[in-house]
Amino acid sequence: MLELNNIGKVFNGGTVNENRALKNINLKVEKGDFITIIGSNGAGKSTLFNLISGSYSPSEGSVIIHDRDVTDEPEHKRARHIGRIFQNTMLGTASNMTLEDNMMICSKKGFKGLKISLNKSRRDFFRSKLKDLDMGLEERLKDNVGLLSGGQRQALTLLMMVLSEPDLVLLDEHTAALDPKNASLVLDLTVKFINEFKLTTMMITHNMEHAIKYGNRLLMMDRGEVILDVKGEEKKNLTIKELIERFHNIRKREFANDEALLSE
Amino acid sequence: MIEISGVILIEGLIYGIMALGVFISFRVLDFPDLTVDGSFPMGAAVMAACLIGEVPFILAFILTFIAGILAGMTTAVIHNKLKVPGLLAGILTMTMLYSVNLRIQKGSPNISFLRVDTVFDKINGVFKGFMSSTWSMLILLLIVFLVIKVLLDLFFHTDMGLTLGAMGNNEQMVISQGVNPRVLKMLGIGLSNGLVALAGALAAQYQGQADVNLGRGVVIMGLASVMIGEFLIKSNKIAYLTIRVLLGSIAFRGIMFLARNLTFLSLKPSDLQLIYGMSIILLLILTRRKEKKSRRVG
Repeated sequence: MLELNNIGKVFNGGTVNENRALKNINLKVEKGDFITIIGSNGAGKSTLFNLISGSYSPSEGSVIIHDRDVTDEPEHKRARHIGRIFQNTMLGTASNMTLEDNMMICSKKGFKGLKISLNKSRRDFFRSKLKDLDMGLEERLKDNVGLLSGGQRQALTLLMMVLSEPDLVLLDEHTAALDPKNASLVLDLTVKFINEFKLTTMMITHNMEHAIKYGNRLLMMDRGEVILDVKGEEKKNLTIKELIERFHNIRKREFANDEALLSE
Repeated sequence: MIEISGVILIEGLIYGIMALGVFISFRVLDFPDLTVDGSFPMGAAVMAACLIGEVPFILAFILTFIAGILAGMTTAVIHNKLKVPGLLAGILTMTMLYSVNLRIQKGSPNISFLRVDTVFDKINGVFKGFMSSTWSMLILLLIVFLVIKVLLDLFFHTDMGLTLGAMGNNEQMVISQGVNPRVLKMLGIGLSNGLVALAGALAAQYQGQADVNLGRGVVIMGLASVMIGEFLIKSNKIAYLTIRVLLGSIAFRGIMFLARNLTFLSLKPSDLQLIYGMSIILLLILTRRKEKKSRRVG
């Protein structure tokens, strides 16, 4: 469903500030995969998402979605396949518009025509979906989204994303800006939706426990590279301790190599 | 007194149509578009050309509207393609329009409508005997404004209109929905300047002349009207947002009328630009105060 071939990304190439954010990324995501991604700050996780969604174009390599090369396609075209949720809860909704307006805008991807689609049956549909969130939002269709709490906003964004039926879901630490209670609420909701609608998902998280607990595949990134890729049974048996150990093993070896190079 | 309030209402309605355009660019799209100072006299110039060429009124207004749309789209294209800030794109178009407008007016900076029938002359002719010219102009303008307002309200309820509404608030969201934000900006800024040009055409006919300097400070007037409207009514419904632009525009005209007639200030017409600017500064101060207050309460 998604293929990344030899993706590299260099920022400020040719200057003293040159920064290789991603190096030689090869990744194949199958339909129905739920991939968790961990890695320290600056490991290139968000850059990876930006390249998949088209916010950036790669310095080298190609992005293939549904067997189609979309490397040069602008973000808004690719967005028809992709549902992305950001850490910043403000980015998913328009705060000075009502819940129903927001839900209407996000109902269908692609070009919007001169049709008035927001009618009673639509409202009833939205209300029933909001009821499932169990946050009392079904009574607030005419309220501005700006009045909602961060948790409610993110839950709404999640719901709207699911309703737009994306082929690929990108979750960029989407619970990191929430308080612990709301974070777990939104995460539970996320997992429920992913299972219910069999969504192909990539989720960046800072929480190793979550990275291990959820999904069928785990990627660990460091300094622009995927340094660990664990799937299936192997992932099920993974523990946090083991994960940290493996991280240190991989990085130590490379460190030794660097030293060997330098001493020559 | 009735005559004075008539003048204020008439001007409020004409400039209210312009303020609707400013509302779309500044508020809905969050795009500070200065094209307005050029597209307003452009509307006047196109109307002058049509009146002299004896083009039917309906067609003349349509041509004016289209000219405004093209002016706005020029700004949007400069902004989209060259990636320059909207402010600069607007100033570029505005500057170029000055020459374009002079061209449309065949090189003369001022064209009098004394020898042609304006739309107001026509309507006065029809209703002569029934009502005064002030009343017939008022009724005509009120109908024109309401038609535009209702059409705009309907537009902002369509899928496209709703998405346009989200543009100024959250461009990322619009992109994420698979919509090209550049196309939306073209549509929005185009529509905005189309309305401004219509207002320019009406203003010129009301004043009896098309003048290339008609646009000076227009965008500031529009913004002041929008801001006063925001003081008067608080709402998130588009029907209220558009009507409050009119109320703001009428209030602004009223305040300006008072300012001009306070004899102890001994103001000259040339002082008006200073007053327009100062009224915006005052409104900004008041808005900040109000925001601070509501934050403390909340």
